[in-house]
Amino acid sequence: MSTPVLEVRGLRCSIAGQQVVEDVTFSVPATGITAVLGRNGVGKTSTLRGILGLIHRRGEVTLAGERIDGLATHRIVQRGVGYVPEDREVFAKLTVAENLALAERQRNPRRDFVDALFPDLVQRRAQMAGTLSGGQQQMVSVARALLNDNRLLLVDEPTKGLAPKIVTEVTDALLEASKIVPILLVEQNLEVVRRLADGAIVIGGGRVVHTGVAREILDDDDLTRRLLGVHAETAPARRGEEGSA
Amino acid sequence: MSMLVLTLITGVGLGALYFLVASGLSLIYGLMHVLNFAHGAFLTLSAFVGWAVAQQLGTASWGSFLLSILVGALVGAAFATLTELVLIRPLYERHIEQVLVTVGLSFAAVALFEGIWGTDPINIAGPPWLKQTTEVLGARIPNTYWVLMIAAALVLAALVLFLQKTRYGMVIRAGVENRSMVTALGIDVRKSFTLVFAIGGAAAGIGGVLAMHYTTFVSAHLGSTLLIFAFIVTVIGGLGSLTGAAIASVLVAVLQQFANSYLGGTGDFIVVILLAVVLLVRPSGILGRKA
Amino acid sequence: MMRPARISSLIPALVGAALIVLMAVLPLLNISIPGVLPTPTYMPGTLALLSLCMVFAALALSYNLLLGSAGMLSFGHALYFGAGAYGLGIALDRFGVPLWPGIFIALIGGMVIAFATGAVAMRVSGIPFAMVTLAFAQAGSVLVRRNSEITGGEEGLSLNTEHVPDFLVGVINTRNLYWFALAVLVIVYLVVLWVDTSRLGHLARATRENEQRVRVLGLRPYRAKLIVFVIAAVLASLAGVAYMLLQSGTVPRAVSADLTITILVMVVLGGVGFRWGAIVGGVLYTLLDQRLTVVAGSDVVAGLPDVLRIPLSEPLFLLGVLFILVVMFLPGGIAGTIDAWWRRRKGEKVRLSLRSIDDADADADAPVEVRA
Repeated sequence: MSTPVLEVRGLRCSIAGQQVVEDVTFSVPATGITAVLGRNGVGKTSTLRGILGLIHRRGEVTLAGERIDGLATHRIVQRGVGYVPEDREVFAKLTVAENLALAERQRNPRRDFVDALFPDLVQRRAQMAGTLSGGQQQMVSVARALLNDNRLLLVDEPTKGLAPKIVTEVTDALLEASKIVPILLVEQNLEVVRRLADGAIVIGGGRVVHTGVAREILDDDDLTRRLLGVHAETAPARRGEEGSA
Repeated sequence: MSMLVLTLITGVGLGALYFLVASGLSLIYGLMHVLNFAHGAFLTLSAFVGWAVAQQLGTASWGSFLLSILVGALVGAAFATLTELVLIRPLYERHIEQVLVTVGLSFAAVALFEGIWGTDPINIAGPPWLKQTTEVLGARIPNTYWVLMIAAALVLAALVLFLQKTRYGMVIRAGVENRSMVTALGIDVRKSFTLVFAIGGAAAGIGGVLAMHYTTFVSAHLGSTLLIFAFIVTVIGGLGSLTGAAIASVLVAVLQQFANSYLGGTGDFIVVILLAVVLLVRPSGILGRKA
Repeated sequence: MMRPARISSLIPALVGAALIVLMAVLPLLNISIPGVLPTPTYMPGTLALLSLCMVFAALALSYNLLLGSAGMLSFGHALYFGAGAYGLGIALDRFGVPLWPGIFIALIGGMVIAFATGAVAMRVSGIPFAMVTLAFAQAGSVLVRRNSEITGGEEGLSLNTEHVPDFLVGVINTRNLYWFALAVLVIVYLVVLWVDTSRLGHLARATRENEQRVRVLGLRPYRAKLIVFVIAAVLASLAGVAYMLLQSGTVPRAVSADLTITILVMVVLGGVGFRWGAIVGGVLYTLLDQRLTVVAGSDVVAGLPDVLRIPLSEPLFLLGVLFILVVMFLPGGIAGTIDAWWRRRKGEKVRLSLRSIDDADADADAPVEVRA
């Protein structure tokens, strides 16, 4: 078992004095996609933002063996963390090309890889990001994180609010990406989780309440209902390249 | 008719002056959410130093005039950079304290200027052409207004070029929209903060030297009244929007001149009314982002 | 069922009462504090200075209500102070009314102006709000300077003493003016105390902390803030009235942004959010300003080399620097720092910053303060 790319121990986060993450401990393996699951408001997004230092946090966070919990956000990102935030957060008044250029940190960004993954964006290079559709903005957001040689991607609800066809495109892209970089994925859409995730971490009340193999958790209806408050998708467990119906 | 032309053109000229001061304020606020009260002090110091330089070289020459503007820009940039590094940066993210610190600086700076240069306004002179007028459609326009307009246009062009064509400019444009996302892309925004302060300071410096020629005197309080108008312009134009500041500058100044000419000197008052109206109708300003 | 009053909770009230009594009898005592007070306490010189201190303490208290309790940063508070001063002057001069109706008119005037300007200014919040209040004060200042017929213009407006009762006029009666100022301070303090401890005050404070939550609870934050704003303004007008009587006149500076900034300095120095801090700040600033001016004009300073002489001969420079230092290193001000020290001794947690002030961009996701 290789060393985990990310180790979080006793993470506590607060926003404007409010405690939003109580005590979270987990590890992210160096390959594949690890999902972070939980009901609304339990602190999934805050966990990601805490890891990045975007909100006030305490605890130990180790990236590829180095402690990053005392660093400023930009330094953490420079160490090789890509971030795809909830709500995409592309810069509306910049063009697609500028949005991507802004993200490039290295001399030889993975241009070809990204262009191959998102051919639509190549055509729209000069378009203002604010005029893109939700799905296209999501592509920009993901592309940004893939341009650099990152050690880990933090991806927050990438399929939120997107039409099913776009959801498939986004998950396809993430699947491709996971071949070259491990991903920590917060996701509410359990079908997507079933398709993408290897491991899963379930958060409840600001703490980790369960870890395991994603598929196993989702196959266990009782467990799923207890932890996530919803029925798992009744579609048969199928993980692979074919798109969902 | 000539009165109309005079009012209009002087309005645009005055707007040019407001823009020089407001552009920096707008950028600084847009990126850093700091209301820089010390902006007036940058302006005043630049004027004083520019004046000293012009005096050395002979105030009547164009060379010394242009040099004093350049010096003013440099002094403004330097003062602003120093302020950002020493006072603003240590208070990272504490916006109210940052505003207060600039308030304290303006307080102290004005007092210091009075101590150094005295409380009485000092009459200044420049190239004689500035005191003359040019006739346009029957109106006699004092030539200082042309200089103001040219300077503002150049500064605006330079700023737009910088913002659109350079990486730092791109970072600033993105930062004005969403600062935390910029840091989440691995970019140290603090460098941009210093840069934006320096740019704002330079623009204010140019504005200071030109304001001095416009009013024909320099004093420790030169920056203070201008600053208030600059604030008003920034709010009306929309905080953080350079184009908004440009439009609002002209709008406010033209209105002010019209009120002064046709409504019996109520220009200052009308400006505040305009501010109130804009706030009631569109609180985020003409081109500001909706909060 | 009556709860037995705890002695410890009565202590602040007892101390306050004792202080008031002390201040009240001060003019009858012969205490000298050389270096601080220009004359012994029974003489008009010191009494006038102390009266001024109290007027500004009252003004600082009213501003603290706005800034500390409701979290609204206003740069135009002087407008209402000036409204009180000029209002009284104009009422006495133009309308020839006796003193007490004049005061009443001045206060009503302040209230009306506060309602109008407050309602417009509160369309925005945080720093834009501050700028708008600044603009309004500037407009007031311009109005005052321009209309010299009514307001005396640049020269200022002197007090028309025709209808002022004799016992409040003249140097001989400085003592009475002193007691008047003391009364104003006590009134202002009591009103501020009442607002702070009332439902209104709690609502305003809750709004300052988290406006969303207050709105979600169905309460109306806008109204609460506006009411607090107007109350603070009327208190400032009252201070302005006292100022007018004390100085037998007022000048345009009373309406200027300069004065608001001075008030801000007082409150921050004293400690934002602490009533007693505001009083300390007001008194301290006024004393410092006076003393520093005396020092600045002294022969000692005149004999210093330029590098030292110039800064030292400008009291406002020193005060500005002091202010900067306080904001950077002691953001709690005097009261805040003492309070924090006291709490740490008791083992309580302490939050020492101005962060809870109404700030339009108080992001929930503010990045961590890390010095990387």
